[in-house]
Amino acid sequence: MASVKPRVKVPKSAAKGEIIEIKTLISHVMETGQRKDKKTGEKIPRQIINKFTCTFNGTPVFSSDWQPAVAANPYLAFSYSVVESGTFHFEWVDDDGSVYVKDVELKVN
Amino acid sequence: MSMKISKLLEDVSRRQLLVAAGQGSAVVATMTLLPGRLRAEFPTLYEAINSVTGDASPAEGRIELTLPQIAENGNTVPIEISVDSPMSEADYVKSVHVFADGNPNPNVATYHFTPANGAARFAARIRLAKTQNVIAVAEMSNGDLYMAKSEVKVTIGGCGG
Repeated sequence: MASVKPRVKVPKSAAKGEIIEIKTLISHVMETGQRKDKKTGEKIPRQIINKFTCTFNGTPVFSSDWQPAVAANPYLAFSYSVVESGTFHFEWVDDDGSVYVKDVELKVN
Repeated sequence: MSMKISKLLEDVSRRQLLVAAGQGSAVVATMTLLPGRLRAEFPTLYEAINSVTGDASPAEGRIELTLPQIAENGNTVPIEISVDSPMSEADYVKSVHVFADGNPNPNVATYHFTPANGAARFAARIRLAKTQNVIAVAEMSNGDLYMAKSEVKVTIGGCGG
């Protein structure tokens, strides 16, 4: 899937103890495996992102397991309690084994 | 009539086995969870919830489940969940499981939290095939379970069949 593009929105800087919102979005069809090809009548094979993980400086923060009922171009927002400066690492795992990644820096004032 | 239905079920199960053989762990996992139920492609709502709760019955409260009352497009329905919790090392929300009782597969997604989240909340978008109940089950770090339910009326279903 060449067109898969992960996007993440995190405040560039934050204060220690602040709870920030992390917004993620990734372009993906999330093919359910339930749809039929209108011409052939054959089921279109399932292909979804089935796992999302977020770590900060290597420590797990948040993760999610997805089924085909997660909408196309999956959007996910969650919160994070700021402790120190560092790097968020985001990963999306596709049914076909592809892993889409994104790293984002956070600066603590 | 019954012949036809059993034929249909056989076809489904044959296709299901082919898919399971060729495809990923999700289908295999579903099947290993359900020994002796090879004919159905997906668990029932009861089975899906039961795989999280076991014999325990979840309590009401603590979950704020925000969904539209009416969704014009079932292909993308905004969902927001917030669970009342201090999110400390000693007391936090471990995970939130989302189910939909009118979709072909009642499992929607599971969200795993850590105390680092500071607050147990998330926002996402899901597919709903038709008017149905969306159910959230929250699992606390001490094992306590909470459940909330909300009905969504869907104008155009999100299965794209």
